[in-house]
Amino acid sequence: MQKLKTSGVSNLLRRRVLKGMMALPAAMLVSQLSFAASPSTAEVNTTGLAVTDDTVKVGILHSVTGTMAISETGSVQAEKLAIEQINAMGGVLGRKIEYIQEDGASDWPTFAEKSKKLLVKDKAAAVFGCWTSASRKAVLPVFEQYNGMLYYPTFYEGLEQSPNVIYTGQEATQQIIAGIDWVTKTKGAKSFFLLGSDYIWPRTSNKIARKHIEKLGLKVVGEEYYPLGHTQFNSVINKIKLKKPDVIYAIVVGGSNVAFYKQLKAAGIDMTKEKPLVLTISVTEDEILGIGGENIQGAYAAMKYFQSLTNTNNQEFVAAFKERWGDDIVIGDVTQAAYLGPWLWKAAVEKAGSFDIDKVRAASPNLELTTAPEGYVKVHENHHLWSKTRIGHAKADGQYEIVYETDELIEPNPFPEGYQ
Amino acid sequence: MFADYTSAELTAIFAMQGFAGLILFSVFVLMALGLAIIFGQMGVINMAHGEFMILGAYITYLTSQFFSSHLPSLFDGYFFVAMLLAFVVTAALGALVEWLMIRHLYKRPLDTLLATWGLSLILQQLYRTVFGAREVGVSLPDWLMGSYAITDIIEVPINGIFVMGLTIIITFGVYLTMQKSRLGKQTRAVVQNRAMAGAVGINTERVDRYTFALGCGIAGVAGSAFTMVGSTGPTAGQLYIVDTFLVVVFGGASSLLGTVASAFTISQAQSTMEFFLSGSMAKVLTLLTVVGILMLRPQGLFSLKVRR
Repeated sequence: MQKLKTSGVSNLLRRRVLKGMMALPAAMLVSQLSFAASPSTAEVNTTGLAVTDDTVKVGILHSVTGTMAISETGSVQAEKLAIEQINAMGGVLGRKIEYIQEDGASDWPTFAEKSKKLLVKDKAAAVFGCWTSASRKAVLPVFEQYNGMLYYPTFYEGLEQSPNVIYTGQEATQQIIAGIDWVTKTKGAKSFFLLGSDYIWPRTSNKIARKHIEKLGLKVVGEEYYPLGHTQFNSVINKIKLKKPDVIYAIVVGGSNVAFYKQLKAAGIDMTKEKPLVLTISVTEDEILGIGGENIQGAYAAMKYFQSLTNTNNQEFVAAFKERWGDDIVIGDVTQAAYLGPWLWKAAVEKAGSFDIDKVRAASPNLELTTAPEGYVKVHENHHLWSKTRIGHAKADGQYEIVYETDELIEPNPFPEGYQ
Repeated sequence: MFADYTSAELTAIFAMQGFAGLILFSVFVLMALGLAIIFGQMGVINMAHGEFMILGAYITYLTSQFFSSHLPSLFDGYFFVAMLLAFVVTAALGALVEWLMIRHLYKRPLDTLLATWGLSLILQQLYRTVFGAREVGVSLPDWLMGSYAITDIIEVPINGIFVMGLTIIITFGVYLTMQKSRLGKQTRAVVQNRAMAGAVGINTERVDRYTFALGCGIAGVAGSAFTMVGSTGPTAGQLYIVDTFLVVVFGGASSLLGTVASAFTISQAQSTMEFFLSGSMAKVLTLLTVVGILMLRPQGLFSLKVRR
């Protein structure tokens, strides 16, 4: 004790020197670590997310039971594949990604509950999930309240933008307007029959479609909605035959698709003849598995991704997907969009140099992904992706042949003026 | 609402819609006949009826796979084999379920609702495990696809005719079974008075099992036929169950004739309204009408006078 009290000034000096000497090797150690492995956890995670020195936890939240399991299975597979690939490359900021998978069970309150669990209890650094707009709307307040990050893969009706969601699928205008422009320019279509399942996505999408068709000076000769799961389309097919539209614009969803296309074909409407031609934005390669290629052969689909894309990114993606999940699997538009989620998150985290949600969010706009299977995408300020729209022509083997793609990336516009 | 069409078109519309209604009618009858036997005759509320149908659909799928890979030359005829297999397998499963579960619940009809609902969930999960969550595509032989063109506008789908023919055959089969055969007579006896039927030497347990199996088997054949028009997935059975109960209850649960009459009324009403109103609105109006009539006739269109 006596020794320490020699002099206030020299004591201070000595402490400074000591501190400096102590700090020196520590600083060297830290800088070495950041070259060899990763920055310290305290530095990249100031908000208490589930990040350790070696791992980071994320959530996967989809329905693996219930009626939506049919659709969401592909998304889960894509997200797991992306996470495994990222881990094989050394992870994110030197940390391996661990995922906690929760089942939304096709039930919106369950989605909300599970997302709260992932954010509050598991402290997930990001969540990849949801499919229906209803499930997304259910989890949205939870993500905003607890400041989480959701990567949402499904093409949807737009009219939404949240700081806590990155939308990796297309919003309605990107799909619809490009599709209708193509069919009017290339096929000379003049009249349209709109048909959909009776809930928010088809109704909003058809509203945009109708506005655009009328803006082009063309005619909508019919608009019909049937309850989800409807299996008897004979009446509406009769109506279509009577109205003789150039284009049947069908956005029926799920199992109803199977019934619709089988009955359309049985009723003698030959889609390979191009009049009336069928244009859809709701039938991916996944749905064709159930419909049967021979029943939908000749229909056109407007989407951003088809499995048959021939760029090298996609060839590698398809090969990796098949190796991981089996040869007879098909990859649809949403599956690819789900695959982008973990990669976009990785890019944002690395750009931000942090796992913190606010920093990841700030780093997200203008991120580019040159390795995307669909080619190249870029995140817009409004959290949607710039993407191309392509037209696929359904073949009997269940795959789409790409007959057109937009020259430029289309700017996402979730709140289109005059289309609401 | 009629003003948009010319009179020639209106004639065609009614002809086409009448036929679309007939197809819908056939589908309803096929869906409901099996349930009418199980619910109407035995008083068992079978919530797994849709899953029995889907079992028939999956068997059709498996048969089509087998024929296309092993017997491609006979593919044209596979559908008949598939329907027969569908009947046999679903009936066997029905008998098993009756033996394991239903027979313990005859005195507690509401509990059959819970038990069979549980069974439907189990079957759905089983299908998901075995066949995957995605829908499977059942390919049809060529002769079942396409349509006959009667006029420019009126075209009749071949598989629609096939379903109608099948419905007629099965309905007559069920009618003959219930009215003329030994099993049918015994069933009706057991339904009317179980104790008395037992006393005159009818093996009531065996009659129950066969009747339940028959109802399930018909569901299987219906499911097999629906692969032509609908989807085949683990939860697809749920799409049918509400309509099926609607048809059976509306017709008067204990009467097979009632089931047929009710299917006819509902399908024609819906089909006609679907053309002039929207699809969802037609459904709402149909349901409202059914509710209204059931308020006036709680026992359904046709009710048997049974001493309780």
